[in-house]
Amino acid sequence: MTAPFDLRRPEGGRIDRARAMRFVFDGAGYSGYAGDTLASALLANGVRLVARSFKYHRPRGIATAGAEEPNALVQLRGNARSEPNIRATQVELYDGLVAASQNRWPSLELDLGALNSVFAKLLPAGFYYKTFMWPPGFWHFYERLVRRMAGMGRAADASDPDRYDHRWAHCDVLVVGAGPSGLAAALAAGRAGARVILCDEQAEPGGSLLGSGATLDGAPAMQWAGAVLAELGALPDVTVLPRTTAFGYYDHNALGLVERVADHAAEPLPGQPRQRLWLVRARQVVLATGAIERPLVFRDNDRPGVMLADAARTYLGRYAVACGRRAVLFTNNDHAYDAALALHAGGVDLAAIVDLRAEPGGLRVDAARARGLRVIAGRAVTATHGRSSVTGVDIARLQEGSDLAVLDRESIACDLVLNSGGWTPSVHLFSQSGGRLRYDEATGAFLPGRAVQAVRAAGSCNGAVALKDCLKQGAAAGAAAAGDCGFAAAPPALPAAEPEPESAPMRLLWVVPSDAPVGHKGKHFVDLQNDVTAADLRLAAREGYRSVEHLKRYTTTGMGTDQGKTSNLAALAILAEATGREIPAVGTTTFRPPYTPVAMGALTGRTVGALLDPARWTPIHRWHVRAGAVFENVGQWQRARYYPQAGEDMHRALARELHAARNAVGIFDASTLGKIDVKGPDAARFLDLVYTNSWSKLGIGRCRYGFMLREDGYVFDDGVTTRLADDHFLVSTTTGNAAPVLSWLEDLLQMEWTELKVRLTSVTEEYAVVTLSGPFARRVLTELTADIDLEPKAFPFMSLSHGTVAGIAARVFRVSFTGELSYEVQVKASYGLALWNACMEAGEKYGITPYGTEAMHVLRAEKGYVIVGQETDGTVTPYDLGMGWIVNDNKPDFIGKRGLRRADLQRPDRKQLVGLRLEAGERRKLPEGAHLVADRDAVPPMPMLGHVTSSYWSVALDAPIALAMIKGGRARMGETVYAPLPDRVAAATVVEPCFWDPEGKRLHG
Amino acid sequence: MADAIPRLGALDHLGLAARATAEPGAAGVWLGERRFLAKINLRGDPQNAAFMQAAGAALDGVQPTTAPNTAVRAAAIDLLWLGPDEWLVVAAAGSEAALAARLAAAVAPHGGTVTDVTESRTTITVSGPRARDALAKGCPIDLHPRRFRPGDCAQSLLARVGVILLRADDATGPVPRFELHVLRSMADYLWRFLEDAGQEYGVAVVESEDRSQGSGIR
Repeated sequence: MTAPFDLRRPEGGRIDRARAMRFVFDGAGYSGYAGDTLASALLANGVRLVARSFKYHRPRGIATAGAEEPNALVQLRGNARSEPNIRATQVELYDGLVAASQNRWPSLELDLGALNSVFAKLLPAGFYYKTFMWPPGFWHFYERLVRRMAGMGRAADASDPDRYDHRWAHCDVLVVGAGPSGLAAALAAGRAGARVILCDEQAEPGGSLLGSGATLDGAPAMQWAGAVLAELGALPDVTVLPRTTAFGYYDHNALGLVERVADHAAEPLPGQPRQRLWLVRARQVVLATGAIERPLVFRDNDRPGVMLADAARTYLGRYAVACGRRAVLFTNNDHAYDAALALHAGGVDLAAIVDLRAEPGGLRVDAARARGLRVIAGRAVTATHGRSSVTGVDIARLQEGSDLAVLDRESIACDLVLNSGGWTPSVHLFSQSGGRLRYDEATGAFLPGRAVQAVRAAGSCNGAVALKDCLKQGAAAGAAAAGDCGFAAAPPALPAAEPEPESAPMRLLWVVPSDAPVGHKGKHFVDLQNDVTAADLRLAAREGYRSVEHLKRYTTTGMGTDQGKTSNLAALAILAEATGREIPAVGTTTFRPPYTPVAMGALTGRTVGALLDPARWTPIHRWHVRAGAVFENVGQWQRARYYPQAGEDMHRALARELHAARNAVGIFDASTLGKIDVKGPDAARFLDLVYTNSWSKLGIGRCRYGFMLREDGYVFDDGVTTRLADDHFLVSTTTGNAAPVLSWLEDLLQMEWTELKVRLTSVTEEYAVVTLSGPFARRVLTELTADIDLEPKAFPFMSLSHGTVAGIAARVFRVSFTGELSYEVQVKASYGLALWNACMEAGEKYGITPYGTEAMHVLRAEKGYVIVGQETDGTVTPYDLGMGWIVNDNKPDFIGKRGLRRADLQRPDRKQLVGLRLEAGERRKLPEGAHLVADRDAVPPMPMLGHVTSSYWSVALDAPIALAMIKGGRARMGETVYAPLPDRVAAATVVEPCFWDPEGKRLHG
Repeated sequence: MADAIPRLGALDHLGLAARATAEPGAAGVWLGERRFLAKINLRGDPQNAAFMQAAGAALDGVQPTTAPNTAVRAAAIDLLWLGPDEWLVVAAAGSEAALAARLAAAVAPHGGTVTDVTESRTTITVSGPRARDALAKGCPIDLHPRRFRPGDCAQSLLARVGVILLRADDATGPVPRFELHVLRSMADYLWRFLEDAGQEYGVAVVESEDRSQGSGIR
């Protein structure tokens, strides 16, 4: 050649030479074309060295052209959009792309981590585990080093500005892979009328056809692919998803897909997500996931410029990039000759074809020889030379029965080493689906065996080699899948592929010998990403690792972002050899999702920020917001916790709210409490069964507090229930338990007591509930109603009145959770805010003060009212709470009656509810959860009496108070117990759990 | 009496009326709210012919269906199947009190129960050429036109919010239309989710047909 050889070939490929794309790699500017990947553009610019290896920091180049890439991982973009460990082979080039290499310091060319190579003997297989073991306690030291050296790229430290999307999809037939097999399958199923989703990880569908130069019906095969895609695009029920990887296959034919919607641009368009996660439920699945070429394991097979043969063909055919100027092909099979011939035709000087087989033959070999190419049979590449790029190879004759190759040595200068060890079908998804794999001796590969789910494999992932067979299998699988969905489907007529030459058998040689025993000179890499060598694997086998799963964890082979796509088979074959077993007996490691890494953003979707979780608002919520309330989450409800005024902290706001509720009037939004309408002639009977107390004799318009127990006798929920009519009750539940209680009651009616004529309806959200509580509550209400007699005799504690409040139809319940005179006013939800505003206005002159859930907690604790879930923990009975009066043991049955009779629940030393008062003058609260002991001077471990369940500063008592569960607590009144705390031992006196108005005068006033 | 009292809808704070357009233009997703539609929970034994007859008679001849996940749609009433013995009656705003009373009187003698749940939920409408795409971002059920046909209804999760979902178009128009009956407390979250989900396709807020009471159910 006289003219300088340009790596970017002047013609061909699927790039758009009219659209140049500028990009930056490691700070240097380059140019490529639309249609390039980052990898192809780097290769076109002659950039060989793109990464440093994980453990030894050896120089690495681009080894593949697809998802299997172990070396060329880059840090893509910058700042908040920075993403680590992205395969350059799958990054579509766009104008302005910025990428950087990883795992090197200070630079790719001069990487100090490469000193690890010098100390390689100290980093044997399993070195992580070995460092963990010795010396003891040194792990903390090692960890920092290991962390810095491992981990490849870095996560962005700012939050991602882009949007990520989730969507569900359903289809009859999901076809994974849009190569020739997948296209044929989708066409067959789509024509039959089935709902089809066809996804492919690449920007352009076509799979192997994109770069192989194959023809169909005498025309370039991509013309056929284009026609198929046009037909599919016109079918209303077919969805074609390019840039979409099926990464996980789960039960019930659910598959996870990730669509890179806008990764091929610096920034997504407005409103556009960067990526979209598809959760697809498919009635039938056709896997047409192709195959991945398998590297040969030879000495120093990791230098930049050592590349899979088919990858080099793809770079040339699809991107018009010659990966080198002078190449050597090293192969164990016929098919790689196709790549060599293509490169030769593309102008690459092919120095030699080194074939492991002693007597390669057949049409392909003949064709190579006919073109004057030098085929060197029965020999192996025994070494490579070069540092940041390969400069040559040594070859030598293989000797039968020897693991050395020293005869007929020869050196060949080259800058590109193509290698091919055959093909490994991509059975990842099939295996994830639960399908069994079977080992095929001839191709040295695992193939799909018996399917467990509704799935078929077609094409080269199913072992097919010839294009003709791929098309045929795809069409048949697509038609059968549609047929299984009830569509009359016939495989479509297929175009004619070129006749495939008969191929000679390959020669499986899992570790290629060199002039020294494996491990003694250079490195035979099996797993390039994790720097695992054949010697490491053999060492692990000698150390006793026989299970391939253990081997993986011990040596890290097959781990990392590529999950051993190019290495797993060789690793387990080497293990099989080393342990004297057959490959099928060793088996494969489990294939797990994801097939390729999925960004956390895609998994998260839009459940971030304001959409993180549904927030439930009461009809009065906006008022609380405007009043500056601090909210707390109670389940999904957002409840006002307290309402700080200017300059107030929580303590002072709380003191103000508490003072008002005890001395004037407080107003509280109680809308979140669960409300269940219980209707039917057997309603009272039903309540008698689910509550511990009796309901049949409750008068209409009367309220009663009740406990629901579980079967085991422990408290499940509590609340006030009101009889609205003979056959109609309103049950109230705790806020958090509203849905579980309704489900439980429905379950009982549907499964246990089907004879009861009772129906339940949730009316929680039908009503807004405003509680007025405090000595002036009646006065405020008096101003708002004309038709409700508020006189205590007419409207006593624990009763209900109907009427009008502030002009709104209301039902008013005289119940109290504060110990004060209280009214709960229920109106239809849309009137809640109007009612609240009216109360605030009418109450102004009485000093009405909104109080939140925090004040409510203090008020009820002062009265000794329990909160289910705070005083109780699922192991507490009504007797433990000192509320035996609520259990009507004379009833023939109720849920929990039998459970309560268990001997253990009768023990006198069970934990029982008590109050605690601290020593006079003590201003510090006990921490909730603090453990209580009898002996002040005891040292741990000491017997514990119980624990503090609630603890507050009581404004009414001007002292701290607490509720506690203490062993035999009822019998300990007046005793002193101690809480050993980090800074002190607090003493407390056991008292009745009611600190405020024990006679209930205020309540009934 | 209540006429003078302001009623607050679950989404009033979003100012939808001011944003509403009659011309959604190029927007792919059209969102709207139907405030205060009458909603009545009806329960009774479908094996009891007298109950079924009485219910149908009280509902202007709309007979409760026993076909799961379907609605009977008539001029002024939608009757959605919610369970083997449970239905949701949806009718014009303001009609709930009279309708509930009439229905209760009719079915009570036959063991039926009636509960007014008008205020428990509001109704969000999702329409437009990309309505299904927007819904698919939060809803796991299959809304394909052949699988979820006009009048089909479902109780499902949409963005982790429980909804009663109804296909409310009759398949004669160019775009599908769905009605989501959602608990009042979670309506704001659901609306914001739908606006976010639809952003990719463009979202228009459309006038709901019956901001005033008494207009037809369609």
